[in-house]
Amino acid sequence: MVDATPRADDIIPPAEVPELELYHPKSWWTTYVFSQDAKVIAIQYAGTAIAIGLVALVLSWLMRLQLGFPGTFSFITPEAYYQFVTMHGMIMVIYLLTALFLGGFGNYLIPLMVGARDMVFPYVNMLSYWVYLLAVLVLVASFFASGGPTGAGWTLYPPQAILSGTPGGQSWGIILMLVSLIIFIIGFTMGGLNYVVTVIQGRTRGMTLMRMPLTVWGIFTATVMALLAFPALFVACVMMLFDRVLGTSFFMPALVEMGQQLSYGGGSPILFQHLFWFFGHPEVYIVALPAFGIVSDLISTHARKNIFGYRMMVWAIVVIGALSFIVWAHHMYVSGMHPWFGFFFATTTLIIAIPTAIKVYNWVLTLWRGDIHLTVPMLFALAFIVTFVNGGLTGLFLGNVVVDVPLSDTMFVVAHFHMVMGVAPILVIFGAIYHWYPKMTGRMLDERMGRFHFWVTFVGAYAIFFPMHYVGLVGVPRRYPELGDSAFIPASVHDLNAFITIAALIVGFAQMVFLFNIFWSLRHGKEAGPNPWRATSLEWQTPTTPPPHGNWGDERPVVYRWAYDYSVPDAPQDFIPQNDPWPQKVPAARQA
Amino acid sequence: MAETTLNGFGAKAARESGLRGVAADWASDQRAFKSASWGKAMMWIFLLSDTFIFSCFLLGYMTVRMSTVEPWPNTSEVFALHIGETNFPLLLIAIMTFVLISSSGTMALAVNYAYRRNRAVTIVFLLCTAVLGATFVGMQAFEWTKLITEGVRPWSNPWGAPQFGATFFMITGFHGTHVTFGVIFLLIVAYKVWRGHYDRGERGFFTSRRGDYEHVEIMGLYWHFVDLVWVFIFAFFYLW
Repeated sequence: MVDATPRADDIIPPAEVPELELYHPKSWWTTYVFSQDAKVIAIQYAGTAIAIGLVALVLSWLMRLQLGFPGTFSFITPEAYYQFVTMHGMIMVIYLLTALFLGGFGNYLIPLMVGARDMVFPYVNMLSYWVYLLAVLVLVASFFASGGPTGAGWTLYPPQAILSGTPGGQSWGIILMLVSLIIFIIGFTMGGLNYVVTVIQGRTRGMTLMRMPLTVWGIFTATVMALLAFPALFVACVMMLFDRVLGTSFFMPALVEMGQQLSYGGGSPILFQHLFWFFGHPEVYIVALPAFGIVSDLISTHARKNIFGYRMMVWAIVVIGALSFIVWAHHMYVSGMHPWFGFFFATTTLIIAIPTAIKVYNWVLTLWRGDIHLTVPMLFALAFIVTFVNGGLTGLFLGNVVVDVPLSDTMFVVAHFHMVMGVAPILVIFGAIYHWYPKMTGRMLDERMGRFHFWVTFVGAYAIFFPMHYVGLVGVPRRYPELGDSAFIPASVHDLNAFITIAALIVGFAQMVFLFNIFWSLRHGKEAGPNPWRATSLEWQTPTTPPPHGNWGDERPVVYRWAYDYSVPDAPQDFIPQNDPWPQKVPAARQA
Repeated sequence: MAETTLNGFGAKAARESGLRGVAADWASDQRAFKSASWGKAMMWIFLLSDTFIFSCFLLGYMTVRMSTVEPWPNTSEVFALHIGETNFPLLLIAIMTFVLISSSGTMALAVNYAYRRNRAVTIVFLLCTAVLGATFVGMQAFEWTKLITEGVRPWSNPWGAPQFGATFFMITGFHGTHVTFGVIFLLIVAYKVWRGHYDRGERGFFTSRRGDYEHVEIMGLYWHFVDLVWVFIFAFFYLW
């Protein structure tokens, strides 16, 4: 009898692109240090980002110590406080979050999830990491330069950023900061081009764009945005560097400093703000979109249910990405703008709430009647949704001009953006590390330490940032090293500040448990097997775990379905991997 | 024209035309741009990113030109070439523009002959392009020298707004750097054509990626982009 079932491979187009020729390392150095394997580069990126992130964490403790117990620590001068604020913000936003999401998770997950053997240009990808490392080293060097790092605030607004009254303004601090950013952008561009081309041109057979996991969509869209937004920062940095070093006046108006007329004149400080925020607002979503994507996959996998409204989710990511390029001036309501400008930017800002709300509803509807497993990654994913909604709601306040004006430059703003682009993405990063660590190492992270880490971090983050909203509402300005005894500040603010500081220290130390867990589980973690979460996407279907250079053994996988076939009725298991042709037969060629 | 053969990448015939074709390509697996190799796709996306850099530079220039309180120097006098008794406004820039636009023509010819596998003619045109590019950079150096001897500095100049010198040196310098890098890579590509690297698919020194005649075209994309950017700099900086 002839088997009439069509062979599964017949419905998938033949390979268009021959195999990527990989450079196979010949020595220890090219295997582990100057590696061209995206997975090694990912771990290098992530390790460097987390290491510099720890520096930023310590800086935040120092800031909180000053705010909570002003005057107790004599080494925290106002100048030092400004330097802590500046470096904390800059490191967290750019050198930690951007590098970890795109350089770390992007490098690890994109090739695996789209079924590629590696990024399309592994050599350029390797260079990207080393240039990034150079940027980090230049940044670190500014701590040791005379005058210390810049204290201009992470927005580096001119003219104060390069004046002598600002720490680092007339010494090496600001120069090293700008040079480091320029190097970072060059390095990122090398990596970013790779991520984008790999997604557009390097997928495996059967992997259409609309079958990609949302993680890839998030990282891909964020990378495209970064390639278009970082140029504005690049130009702003070059111009400010010239203002500082050559004495040009791009951003510098005529100024009198300490009774001295400076030689600057005729520049536009507002121009810097426009350039900076044309980068800065997309940057928020460069950090948020990968988080959106990753959290979608975590929720779907750990609730054993397909993501609700996949197409809507994809389009929401794309629309958010596009809209984020026309909202930047909502950071500049108090800079002096034509009222119609404010009206326009407030409108576009609030429109972003629509695709964002679509995403939140879809996450909740994915959970609805799902088979929810409260694993550590799932806990972090759920915490993200709650935190993101909280941070988003205060965004509605700040997006409206009339409400923003009194709240501007208060601790309310600090609380808002820490909730929405600090805590929320970091929670996703933790969830993602707990989720993908088994694939990277072959072992599970310890569950008890994970739960402890989660609860302290989650509850602690709220203990830190909820009171901060109130502190801001009563009018406490941000970036003030101490409040003195101003009449409008009630005593409760001082108590709250001390409370916040203690919470921040506890949350900070909980991260040490997480770091310990990462190293401890390398040896002592439970054996994970290839697919501990019983997930569908391709990275869990590799023939060996952790995947070797080239990922797929002899043959790349063929994709027959989207990444969300969980709990399909009549299926043999409660998940169907993307490369499983069920209900059709596995082609004879691959049955071995 | 011969199909490109980088790693066997080639255009597939008989696809749907128009918007349906676009939709079909983006809905398909493996790759969205069916006739573009990885290298070519990467160059296009890089150029898109670079476009944003030049746009920001030019917008920044326009903004400071509006924000500055001193009058902007008269460009038709500042950039005039004094020959004999007469001032020729924009003469040097006209020649520079002509040289650079011509180099785009020779680059296009080089691409064409590369796909015909005519190595000798390809090398001639690549070298022509490189020489024209180097001539452009040379004339730019002459222009910089002339303005510097006349007292133009990034922070001041004798005729008015100090932002004139700042934007001039920054934007033409950034563009000139692009041209210089282009000339270096043109020479490398010409060398590789000469040694037959693209015929044998020899591996790159750094990347260990096999060479292909398509590299001439990718080089051309960059070169045409640099020329196109010059048109905008010319229009916004010299003619305004």
